[in-house]
Amino acid sequence: MSKIWLVIKREYLSRVRKKTFILSTILTPLLFVGLIVVVTVISVKNVDKERIAVIDESGNFRGHLENSKAVTFDFPTGVDSTNYAAKGYSAILYTPAENAKKYRLISKKQMGMIAESNVEKTINRALEDNLLKQTYNIDVRQLDSIRKNAAKADIDQAIKDKGSQVQKGNSGLAYGIGYASAFLIYITLFIYGTMVMRGVMEEKTNRIAEVIVSSVKPFQLMMGKILGIGAVGLTQFLIWIVLIIGLTSAAGAIFSRETLQQAQEASQQMQTGGAAMGSNAATQFNQIRDTLGSANWLLIIGCFLFYFVFGYLFYAALFAAVGSAVNEDPQDAQSLLLPIMMPIVISIVIMINAITNPAGALATWSSLIPFCSPIVMMARIPFGVPGTVPYWQLILSMLLLVGGFLVTTWLSAKIYRVGILMYGKKVTWKEMWKWTFRKN
Amino acid sequence: MHLLELKNLQKFYATQKAVDDISFSVEQGSIFGLLGPNGAGKTTLLRMITGIFYPDRGDILFNNKKFDPLNDILYIGYMPEERGLYKKMKIGEQALYLAQLKGLSRSDAMTKIKYWFQRMGMESWWNKKVEDLSKGMSQKLQFVITVLHEPKLIILDEPFSGLDPVNANLIKDEIFNLARNGSTIIFSTHRMEQVEEICDHIVLVNQGKKILDGTVQNIKQEFKENTFNIKLSQIPAEINSPAFEVIRQDSNNLTVKIHAGHRSNDVLQYFLQQSTIEGFNEILPSLNEIFIHLVEGTRATRQFQAVEA
Repeated sequence: MSKIWLVIKREYLSRVRKKTFILSTILTPLLFVGLIVVVTVISVKNVDKERIAVIDESGNFRGHLENSKAVTFDFPTGVDSTNYAAKGYSAILYTPAENAKKYRLISKKQMGMIAESNVEKTINRALEDNLLKQTYNIDVRQLDSIRKNAAKADIDQAIKDKGSQVQKGNSGLAYGIGYASAFLIYITLFIYGTMVMRGVMEEKTNRIAEVIVSSVKPFQLMMGKILGIGAVGLTQFLIWIVLIIGLTSAAGAIFSRETLQQAQEASQQMQTGGAAMGSNAATQFNQIRDTLGSANWLLIIGCFLFYFVFGYLFYAALFAAVGSAVNEDPQDAQSLLLPIMMPIVISIVIMINAITNPAGALATWSSLIPFCSPIVMMARIPFGVPGTVPYWQLILSMLLLVGGFLVTTWLSAKIYRVGILMYGKKVTWKEMWKWTFRKN
Repeated sequence: MHLLELKNLQKFYATQKAVDDISFSVEQGSIFGLLGPNGAGKTTLLRMITGIFYPDRGDILFNNKKFDPLNDILYIGYMPEERGLYKKMKIGEQALYLAQLKGLSRSDAMTKIKYWFQRMGMESWWNKKVEDLSKGMSQKLQFVITVLHEPKLIILDEPFSGLDPVNANLIKDEIFNLARNGSTIIFSTHRMEQVEEICDHIVLVNQGKKILDGTVQNIKQEFKENTFNIKLSQIPAEINSPAFEVIRQDSNNLTVKIHAGHRSNDVLQYFLQQSTIEGFNEILPSLNEIFIHLVEGTRATRQFQAVEA
């Protein structure tokens, strides 16, 4: 046992001390939070004001064109296409008397896409209001209040479980958390799985494996490596979580609620623009602060750690087996990796389907099978335990995953023991399968 | 006393009888040579002795008890033919790690590493990485790592390959030293001149079978062809004796082969009357010649064969 501990310690320390580890661990959350902050600042500060002079031939628009943060409309006199720039307007808009004619917007510079779509929308809305009033005699203000009232109806789900305890549900948040944690597990399976594989390959090609297996059992070497790298992954995650929480609360303190709301408004005005992405993040940031309370965090984080650890262990052993079978040529690894990568990739496809119907048959079954349960189950859990995921499913899924981990590790250890000392030959899956049934 | 005894050891692979019924024993404190051409089964044999492989059949006795890989490997130091070290790891840490894997405590390992590094002139290496070392240097490091935990049995697979004569001598002296202090050394190679110089006892394997077993002296006696070298002041015009025949003449030197039933004294007596004898010595075959003699004729490379286990 103490030998496994030595191996774990070496694997852990040799990775944690690397510059690349330190950099990526600290920089990733900094980048993540920094990006949100920068985009928020830009979207608040950097909205270009466009003043547009309107030559209203029809007379329908006065008082109907709404000014927004990005665009103001004026109805000056004595302005025409020759002198609008001198009078401080960035563009001049001609509205034709007949609807059939085209509207003309003249400006010296190409107007930004956002401003242009803004102008178009405003004109459309003004026209619409006008037509409504003329045709049906509906007051625009009445219509607005109707629209507002309708928009207020946010669906507040109340989920009743057997104990008639009412839990507040928020499917949007559950969707977000489920998606994020499933993807995190997906990415970590790949990152740390291939890290295990590379480590094994390094030991094999350096020929240190033979020196070490004359001191420790191959199984100890393999498990030590898997556990050591798993610990590296956990460390990285914990640092990320702490840093992200710390930085976002720091950022939240710097940006007052008003700034964030401003950013939100800005994003609503520019929804067609590319910059909307960034301030969407700011919007969500604000919303998440409001709704975080409704999720069962303890359960989600607990389950996340469980599925992260055991999903990793389940696959890491397989990655180790592949690493042991590969020779110097990394090309060989590609073809051997395929059967391992497939279930992971398929899981993510299943997850994307399952998350829209978290209690459906596909979601239920695939969250029990160890090959995809770490990803699919993590997408379901935020929707509620035991509401969407009954306890028996959760427990069965966990037991199956632990069992699966024992099986893959046992199989891999057999492949590993033969493979790590086998040189020069290209190994196929068929041969590896044979190794698992050799007597010693 | 035997430190190690192999009894009818067998290990078959899918296409090869790698080790086929080999038995021998290794004396405590001796330097034992395990010889054989490429692919003879040496590495498989060594891997069984180091507990990496289990034999299909047969027994290994270590210290007169059944070999228990889990515990006994702590008393074995194995330096494989293909050297292996972590390239990116600092040398000091690496030595410490490997020594601890052999069951030494941290402080124990530290003292021993310091001792050996000093002894081999490697003190300045501690914070270097293996990738910074030359081939010879990493060889030295590997040797130190192998013997660091004072194993009872040290197995060296081609320890001198890639070493310059100065460093080879340094390692050779250390090997003698270790043997004097009671360690048993198994030395695997196909460089015969080294074996002749170093080993007390040798075993020659070929195609998975043992074909020779004995002390270097005995084996040479066994394979000698009764040839002698005689140096005379003047070669007689005609040499004719029932006791021997001349097989080579080179200025004043004669190489003679004594016929069965005659002794070396007969040769001396014959020449005593005719000339002044300036030198007389027996020509023993070199291990190299014996090796080639025994292995020649078998296929140089092993063929794959079907194995019915």
